[in-house]
Amino acid sequence: MSILTADTLKPIAIGAVIFAALAFLPSLVDNYYMSLAISVASFAVLATAWSMFSGPTRYISLATVVFFGIGAYTVAVLGELMPFALVLVCAGLVGTVIALLVGFSTLRLAGVYFVIFTFGLTELVRQVVSWHEVNVTREMGRYVFLDITQNDIYWQLLALFAVLLLTGFILGRSRLGFALRIIGEDETVAKHCGIDVTRIKIALFVLSALFMTLTGAIMAPRWTYIDPVIAFNPMLSFQVVIMALLGGPRRLLGPLLGVIPLTLLFEVLTANFPNHFSILLGCVFMVIVYLLPNGVIGLYEKYRPPKKRSHTPNSTKSGETPA
Amino acid sequence: MTSHVLLSISGLHKAFGGLIAVNQMQFDICEGEIIGLLGPNGSGKTTVINLISGALSPNDGKVVLDGKDITNLPAHKISHAGIARTFQLVRILPDLDCIENIEAGLAYRTKPLWGHDAHTAAYELLERIGLEKHAHTPAGDLTYIDQKRLELGRALALQPKLLLLDEWLAGLNPSELQDGITLVRKLKHEGLTIIMVEHVMDAIRSLCDRCVVMNAGAKIADGSPDAVLSDGEVIRAYLGDSHA
Repeated sequence: MSILTADTLKPIAIGAVIFAALAFLPSLVDNYYMSLAISVASFAVLATAWSMFSGPTRYISLATVVFFGIGAYTVAVLGELMPFALVLVCAGLVGTVIALLVGFSTLRLAGVYFVIFTFGLTELVRQVVSWHEVNVTREMGRYVFLDITQNDIYWQLLALFAVLLLTGFILGRSRLGFALRIIGEDETVAKHCGIDVTRIKIALFVLSALFMTLTGAIMAPRWTYIDPVIAFNPMLSFQVVIMALLGGPRRLLGPLLGVIPLTLLFEVLTANFPNHFSILLGCVFMVIVYLLPNGVIGLYEKYRPPKKRSHTPNSTKSGETPA
Repeated sequence: MTSHVLLSISGLHKAFGGLIAVNQMQFDICEGEIIGLLGPNGSGKTTVINLISGALSPNDGKVVLDGKDITNLPAHKISHAGIARTFQLVRILPDLDCIENIEAGLAYRTKPLWGHDAHTAAYELLERIGLEKHAHTPAGDLTYIDQKRLELGRALALQPKLLLLDEWLAGLNPSELQDGITLVRKLKHEGLTIIMVEHVMDAIRSLCDRCVVMNAGAKIADGSPDAVLSDGEVIRAYLGDSHA
């Protein structure tokens, strides 16, 4: 039953070596590439965390930026009052509480209603924060001056991503992870198998939101100035969805395969076509949905040689039977 | 019969808007009994199954399993209480293989199995329902009868006290039907209590100890299969006045 068996130790060890090597990146490349690496790392955490909940359950959440923004704002408010580690803990707590509230109130919604709700939630939170800033603090923006370097941000994101992957790896081999897959296949069956569907969905939603909040908190010092429009920009939620879908949200490392090419592409687009960014983003989205409905991972699984186990007598007529 | 009552339904009522789907239903089922729940299309049989299994909650009435009131409990708690079901339109987990489909039934029951134990138990169950050679086939690739077997296997994995079969034998060809009947009969010999919604009369006559017949949401007959199938009101419900 232990997680530390021969076939789990190997991937964990390989992962540890890769992350240890990545930690030396700042001494190898200049500032421009570090800033690119930070973008990749932050999107990697966001897209993987998004997929952790949305991959198996197939609930498309556009609330990524809600939690990201909440993390960033927590740092803006508390950053100068306490040590940064403590600020991160606070951000995690705030994100967890809000995710619980959202989870309890929305996860009974299905399909498109959930999508719309999460999109609306972004607007709601942004407006509430704006209202508070205008009427209570009477300052629309906030400055984040913390003694945190670009390299610190990179290392923190790298550590967060490592923890996230380890969590996902353990989850994928746990009863909880299996329950999620069953829920994704058929929620009704899951209920009648004795799975408390609502509780499990909320647990995963909160876990995923926690990582998003921490990403926002870690990224906040990079901006120095934030206001509600920057922190709660819905574009981020869409970018995360596109990246996860391009990579393949149903595998742990799938989203990463979408994050790397798209972060680079977005970088090129913002640098060269700043005024047409949204249009081009929309086009990218459509191309991905049309050409790669199962992501890069799906493409790979389609064209690799079939595994031995599928050579059962039945597989010959698999195309004819209804799914 | 002196054996004790496993499930007792009383005054069960369910309306969807103005449509009364189930109206003051009541019946008991004793341990080890197989009862057939019959009635014309739209008479409320599946709704009764949904009310017992917790997929729907009743507007009124009581469902008592083994002395415990399970009315209004959510489906997963009813499953823990000891009721498993299959669905009118077969529901398997298409992208998971057969072993995993059975493990879905093993991993979240009251005495859960996980890991190696679950794998062994799932394989044994597949052997019992005759699907062991498909252990690693995705369930979506199975033929219809095999999907039905698998769905039954998943229900059995829950080790239920009471099994609800919602037209489990429907849509099978004659030889598959014989296989299906044999499988249910085996379960009966193992002492499982079963409620089956069914239209296949051969199956009802050969398997059921008792039949409950519904029409327009209410119970119109309750007795041995031969007695209810010759009952005037039952014939009228199915075939109209001229045949009664």
